[in-house]
Parts: sequence; C-alpha cells; structure tokens
Amino acid sequence: MNNKAKFGIGAVIIVGTLSWLAVVGARESKTYYHTIPELAALKAADLRLRMRVSGTVRPGSIARYTGRVDFVLEEQGKPLAVSYTGTEPLPDTFVDNSQALVEGKLAANGTFVAEKVQAKCASKYEPAPGGQAPGGASGDPNKKS
Amino acid sequence: MDLFGSFALILAFVCAIYAIVAGIAGIRTRHPLIVKSARQAGLAVCILVTLGMASLVYLFLTDNFAMAYVVGHSNRALPTFYKFAALWAGQEGSLLFWSWVLSIYVFSVLFAYRKKHPELMPYVGVILAGVQLFFLTLNNFIASPFQVLGTMGPDGAMQIVTHADGRGLNPLLQYPEMVIHPPNLYSGYTGFTIPFAFALAALLGRYPGEKWIHITRRWTMIAWCFQSAGILLGAHWAYAVLGWGGYWAWDPVENASLMPWLTGTAFLHSVMMQEKRGMLKVWNVWLVFTTFLLCIFGTFLTRSGVVSSVHAFAQSQIGPWFLGFIIAVLAVCTWAFIRNRDYLHSDNQLDSLVSRESSFLFNNLILLVACVAVLSGTLFPVLSEAVTNNKISVGPPFFNKVNLPIGLFLLFLTGVGPLLAWRKTSLESLKRNFGWPLLGGLAAGALAFPLGFRDFYALICLVLSVFVALSVASEFLRGAMVIRSRGGANIFSAVAQLTMRNTRRYGGYVVHFGIVLVFIGISGAAFNKDQQMEMAPGSQMQIGPYTLVCQSFESRPGPNNNYTTERATIEALRGGKPVMMLYPERRFYTANEQAGTMVAIYSTLKEDLYVVYAGRSPDTQQPVIHAYLNPLVKLLWLGGVIVVLGTGLALLPNRQAVLAIRAVAQPATAGPVPQPVRASMGRYEGQD
Repeated sequence: MNNKAKFGIGAVIIVGTLSWLAVVGARESKTYYHTIPELAALKAADLRLRMRVSGTVRPGSIARYTGRVDFVLEEQGKPLAVSYTGTEPLPDTFVDNSQALVEGKLAANGTFVAEKVQAKCASKYEPAPGGQAPGGASGDPNKKS
Repeated sequence: MDLFGSFALILAFVCAIYAIVAGIAGIRTRHPLIVKSARQAGLAVCILVTLGMASLVYLFLTDNFAMAYVVGHSNRALPTFYKFAALWAGQEGSLLFWSWVLSIYVFSVLFAYRKKHPELMPYVGVILAGVQLFFLTLNNFIASPFQVLGTMGPDGAMQIVTHADGRGLNPLLQYPEMVIHPPNLYSGYTGFTIPFAFALAALLGRYPGEKWIHITRRWTMIAWCFQSAGILLGAHWAYAVLGWGGYWAWDPVENASLMPWLTGTAFLHSVMMQEKRGMLKVWNVWLVFTTFLLCIFGTFLTRSGVVSSVHAFAQSQIGPWFLGFIIAVLAVCTWAFIRNRDYLHSDNQLDSLVSRESSFLFNNLILLVACVAVLSGTLFPVLSEAVTNNKISVGPPFFNKVNLPIGLFLLFLTGVGPLLAWRKTSLESLKRNFGWPLLGGLAAGALAFPLGFRDFYALICLVLSVFVALSVASEFLRGAMVIRSRGGANIFSAVAQLTMRNTRRYGGYVVHFGIVLVFIGISGAAFNKDQQMEMAPGSQMQIGPYTLVCQSFESRPGPNNNYTTERATIEALRGGKPVMMLYPERRFYTANEQAGTMVAIYSTLKEDLYVVYAGRSPDTQQPVIHAYLNPLVKLLWLGGVIVVLGTGLALLPNRQAVLAIRAVAQPATAGPVPQPVRASMGRYEGQD
C-alpha cells in the first residue's frame, strides 16, 4: 500500500472519530430557540426539550429569593414566568427592561426553569438637553448594548 | 476637529483608490515612476488615517459631547486612560482603529521592501490598497466616527446638539486589560492581511522562487504572535472581570478569534514543508487565503448580529458589506488560483508515514478539523434554521467533546514532530529520541494517579505535557552538549549560543514549551471547586485549604464619582495563618447606571483563590460571597508570556556567519578530528 493511501486511512479514522464525538456533543447540548408567542403553539414533545427564550424583563418583576430568582419575560405582549436556579450570579446587565436570553426547560406548571441567563442592557438614549428628542441629523445615535 | 478627521479619512480613501489605479498601471507599463507614485500613495494612506485617529483621540480627550460617538462611549469622569479604550469600544471607532492598524502594517511593508522585489511589490501594494479601500469605505460612508448629533431647529434647519455629559463607557470595559487586549487582537486580525497580500501577489504575478514564502512566514509569525496574545488577554479579561470563574465560554466572539489562529498555526507548520521539500504549495496558499477570510468573517460574525453573542456590537447594518467583501475576496482568490494553478505544482511526494512530513500533515489535518468544528458549532443556529427551520444552538459540551481530543493529539504531535527526521525515520532514532521523554511522561502519570489525578483527559494531558517538555529540554541539551564538547563553554552559554545560531528552530521549541504550560493550565479546570454562601461579618467559609473570614462590608463612592461601590473585606487564611486580604466588590457606574463586578484573586502557581461579591441576600441584606478554587490557572497566563517570547526569539536573525567561517577553517588546521562534529552540527543547524 502506498503512503498516500496510508495517510488517507489515518485521516479518515481521525476525522470519523471526531465527527462522532461532534454528533454526540451536539445531541447533548443542543438547544432550541423559541419566541414566547411560539411556546403556546408547541407540541407536548417539543416542550420537554432544552430551549432558549429571549424577551424583555418586565419592570418590577424581579424577585430574589435564597437560591432562586423569579422574573417575568415579555415579548410581543406575551408574558413568561421564569425561575432562575443556576449557581452563577446573575450578570450585571440583568435589570428591569433589559433584553434577557434564558436557557433551560419548561416545567409542568408553565414556569420556565432557567439554568443560564444572559442579559444585554436595553439601549437607552436619554432625550437631548432642553427636552428635545434626539434627531438623526447624521446617523444613528449609536446603540449600545 | 471632527471636520479635520473626516477630511483626513476622505483623503485617505482617495489615496487608496489612487494606489490601486496607479499600481495596476505600474504593473502593466512597468514604468518605475508610476510604480513609485502608487507606493507613495500607499504610504500617504497611513499618515492620513493616523491624522484621522489623532483627531478622534483629541475629541475624546476634550470631552466633545456634540459627537455621537464620544457621547455614546465616554463621560467627563472617565479616567483618561479609559478614554483611549473608548476609542475602540464601539462599532465606528473600532473600525477606524482597524484601518489605522492595517495602515501601519501596510506602511511598514511598503517602506521595508521599497527597494526589494520589484516584480512582486506592485502586486502586493495593489492588494493591500484594495483591502484598505474596503475599510476606508466603511469609515467614510457607512460607520463614520465623526458624526455630530443634530436636531431640527425652529426654522427647519439642522442644529448641532451638545450634551452636558456622555453616557459613559461600558463598565465591563473599564479594566486595564481592555486597553491592551483589543489592540493586540486587532494587530493579529489585520496582520494576517500581509501574508495574504504576498501569497496572492506571488500567485497573480507568478513570482519565481520561494522568497515570497519566507516573507509570508515572517509576517504570519508577527500576526500570529499578536493574535495569541490577544486571545489570551481576552481570556484573562473574561476571567478577571466577568466574575463567573472561567476564562473561555465558546462564545461566538471568542470562536471568531480562535479560527484564524488555528489556520494560521497550521500554515506556520506546513510552510516548512514547502521550504524544505517543495510540497503542499496549493494547500499553503489556500491556508493563507482562508486565514485572512476567517479574520474578515469573524468581524462579520461579531458585528452583523447573525449569531447572538454577549459581546457589544450586536445588531448593525454593516453585515452585508462584510459579506460582500468576503465574496469578492473569495472570487479573486479562486480566479487567481484557477488561472495560475500550474505555478503551484508539488516537487516531492510523501515518503513515509513516520516522518516529519507526515507529522506536519496530521498537524494540519487536526487543526483544520478543529477549525471546522468551531465554525460549524458557531454557525449551528444559522445552519439548522436553514436546513430544519428550527433555530438550534450547541453549547460548550459540543466544543469540548471535539476539541479536547484534538488538543491532546496536537500536544502529542508537538512532542513527536520536531524529533522525527525528514523523509523517513528509523526505529533506532525513534528509540534514541523518544525513550527518556516518554518514560518521564509515563512516570509522571504513574505518580499523579494515586495523588488524585483521576480525570481521564487531565491525566493524559499531564503525561503528554511532561513528555513534550522533556523532549524540548533534551533537544536543547543535546545541541548544547555538541557545542560544549567543541568549544568548552559552560552549558548555559552553550544553550544561548545554540539558540542564537538557529533562532527559528529553538524559538519554536520555546513556543512549544509555552503551549505545554497553556495545556497544563487548561487541564487544571478539571479540578475546579466553587462554593457560594451568605457571609455576615464574622462568618467563615472553607474552600480547599483556605478559610475565608468576612471582616466587614461597606458602601462608598469611588474616585471622581465615576461609580459607587459595595465591597466586602475578606481575610483568607491557610492553615490558620493569614495569607491575604481580599476585597471583592460590585461597582455601580453613575453615567450609565450599570453595575460591574470586581473579582478579588489570590493567585499562586498551584491554584487561584477567586472571590466574587455576588450581591446581597434579599432576605437578610448580608453580602453573598461566591468563592472558586481554580488550580493551575496561572500556568495558562505564564505559558502565554512564554509563547510570545518564543515567537519574538524566532523572529530574530540567526547568528550563523561566525560559525560558518570556523567550520570551514577548522578542517584545514586540525585535520580529520572535527569532521564528525561538523556533521552532527549540521543536524542541529540545518534543519528546522
């Protein structure tokens, strides 16, 4: 057998093993993105899968308890009650009205049990001095997240 | 100053167009004056972009809150140091910064090679100006940092609005490393433009010989060094600022910086195949192209909002521009390749499976697989939505499952590869080169297992790390012994002499050693511990060998009223003896009403004690402290420093002239005795 073929076999074995590991890893950690309005329309089987849901934190809804933080996410007017049970402290950007991305599963009572919470602070742009609205004279007043 | 800046950028844009047009004319007509004027235009771009950059700095330092970009990323109380970091805190500024770093690279290249390679440089100049033109288009017309805030006045005319104060810099960026991490990473990203330009130029111009590959290799090393430092500084920033106890989360932004690093690393290895054996020419050219494309692609990923990331530049309108540029570059590369592919025919074939060549092939294969895995994992949401209509993401388990074995296999090759001979390696030399290091590695594993090193990957990593470190050491030692036996110098000066005679080879070994430390540092994560607890003053927490005692906690204003802070004073004791006072804190920045965590770390070579102030308990109002014990993390940063030093060493010119004279002179005076010595020196100096 020539060396090219030998190298080819070695390559196939390596790539094959790694692809298999990739498939296993993907199966273990795959998470479905859904919007809050979509949740109502999902089939029962799909509701049991890991998912990621994003929304705006309803102002005043954050309630901190020992070992858990409850809050309500909203998107297009639809609310979702979330209970965060992870051990990591919540990100500093997690406040009222921030854009949050939660990852976890839906519990039987309809509460979303999140293991991870990511948050981006809402882009806020205070009015210009003298109460004038910021005009877009030359472009976008640069959104910050 | 804003007008001055805009004007400088417009002029730079015009100069870049001129550099392209005159450059092409110069290639066609071969008229030296046209070629020279194209080069001068390329140099002028750098000066003009520098002026643009300087005026943005001026606007920040003078707190000009009529500028949208300054309002968005600075405030009066912001320390001057961070006003520099604010330059690249947002989309517009960071793109200008990109252009600026690129223009410095272009200037260096055009200036350094102004009298060399007259057949190659005009092509290089045109390609570089083309890339610059793209970024200058963004700077001028799509994302200009020199936009003023305006409002409609009562008479219907626009009026400039000046704010009293800015909205402040994102608190996550108010950390010393954020001032040096982005410049490093940007120098890496933009640096890969230079090898790209040389590779494409050589292909387009059918430049004879292998000179361009030496130039390409050197510039790739420079970019690679910055990229490595940038990635590790970013990891360290995440570790020290984000307060979750880790340094790498497979976030799309991190992945974006890792991908060109992987292909760049592959190129730095496979390029030796081309230099020594004239093989893999097609592969190398495409590796360089891919690395550059991945740099642009990474920028596209992080700025287009295609995948969601924790990083700053989320949604923006800039995505299509990058996508268009990537397609254009890919089209040019493909066209050049199809037209001139006969220029890249291989001179040799693979001789044996146990040879230096095949170790490089496996190294490249595995680095590419890693890159593809990272890429597909990052794009999983996009791909799955296209295929199944369901947006699915994959998390760290996916990346770790694939990349841990890859990392270990690479580590194995790091030890094995440099010791294998070119073409074919005999069993005899295998035994001679590998016997002791391998034995040492296995012995280390056998010692560590009873001491609690039970994690499979961590154990393998330890065995391989010791093996690689010993094989690197034995290479130095063996070369030094040869020098010593000849010159009688002591072993240390012999090692220094040896290194300086072949900086590339021994610098490479130093880099390998640094990588070994990085691997050991990463493997420590298998033994991380953490604990969270509410700590009223006087209460204690036990973690590993440490006892934490909460002394007090307080709220007070920070300097300059930039923020207010809540912090705990925690004494760390080990075996009953105090080792350090830790002050974990949480800051609330006044300008943008955001909070920032300041982690307190007590770092030793063995482990880091990492303490986070996680806020106050809602029931009792007492501080909640989250403590982590992270073994071996310090080796990761130390390894990074060694990698950078090693790359610097490899970039130094060889001190070979002295040796050549002596080697020729000796046989005449001393007869046949030095003959075998000279032969064995050849093995240490001639090959990389």
